[in-house]
Amino acid sequence: MLTDSMRTVYERPLTLTPALTHYCPGCTHGVIHRLVAEVLDELNVREQTIGVASVGCSVFAYNYFDCDFCEAAHGRAPAMATGVKRVHPDKIVFTYQGDGDLASIGAAEIIHAATRGENITVIFVNNGVYGMTGGQMAPTTLPGMKTTSSQGGRDVETMGYPIRMSELLATLDGASYIVRRSAHDPGHINQTKKAIKTAFQTQQRQMGFALVEILSSCPVNWNMTPVDALCHIKEKMIPYFPLGDFKVAESVKLLKG
Amino acid sequence: MRGAIRIDENRCKGCELCAVVCPKQVIEIADYFTARGYRPALYNDPQQRCTGCLLCATICPDAAITVYREARAERAVSV
Repeated sequence: MLTDSMRTVYERPLTLTPALTHYCPGCTHGVIHRLVAEVLDELNVREQTIGVASVGCSVFAYNYFDCDFCEAAHGRAPAMATGVKRVHPDKIVFTYQGDGDLASIGAAEIIHAATRGENITVIFVNNGVYGMTGGQMAPTTLPGMKTTSSQGGRDVETMGYPIRMSELLATLDGASYIVRRSAHDPGHINQTKKAIKTAFQTQQRQMGFALVEILSSCPVNWNMTPVDALCHIKEKMIPYFPLGDFKVAESVKLLKG
Repeated sequence: MRGAIRIDENRCKGCELCAVVCPKQVIEIADYFTARGYRPALYNDPQQRCTGCLLCATICPDAAITVYREARAERAVSV
């Protein structure tokens, strides 16, 4: 029970607006929004931050973050962020993209932004389906996974294999910080927050391109309860998309220490 | 250490993640619906088992939970 002698140890971050989100119950987009907001609060950069929203479930991110935001065409958030950052080099610029946006239609933009070593931060939310449009197969859909456009399960013979974006981007010389984290339990959520913070600090110190891939759930399109969806991340997604640091530049390593 | 939480019922979408991660099992799901059509999580802790461990607030996708903790008593200073 709440008593007078208690003090607040956690409350909603200031960088989140009071708006109610449109996300489905149990969707970890909300968790990742909160982590980004907490990091912006902790680094005290809210007034200098410009976000770039993508197309997908996170298309309304500008309604939920209390910082400047613009909306990019589908997949073009890294290109837009490049422009924003070059015009405003003193601002903190980040994109918030899903897997349908970043790994499919926006694959060219993200690869070239990374290889140019643009000084931006990318939050990449990977839930393995196109959430907003009704759960179609995405480039990151697991082999055998049923979606509305792969009803017998993803057949790798005809539909190809999932793309591991972090591993792919880590091969590029321009990228400075490429890691994969997961949002399936409180421990991993705390690790995700640390990675997001490092990614923003990488940009603050002008150390180059930083991307945090976060394995996320989509309970509605996976046809699972929110609790089962988190188990699915742990048991099915993590074996295919292993968590870890795929590229950490020497300068960024010093940040952590 | 004693703690407490407050759940913003209007934000809660009844996903039950907080109830699952709570080590003291002091969060339950209501048997009524909110105006938005969800059965919200309720904090029910008559035995004051909550420790303010933050797990529920960490996993809440809607940032609906505020966590409080008993202030630490001032340590006695030897003179």
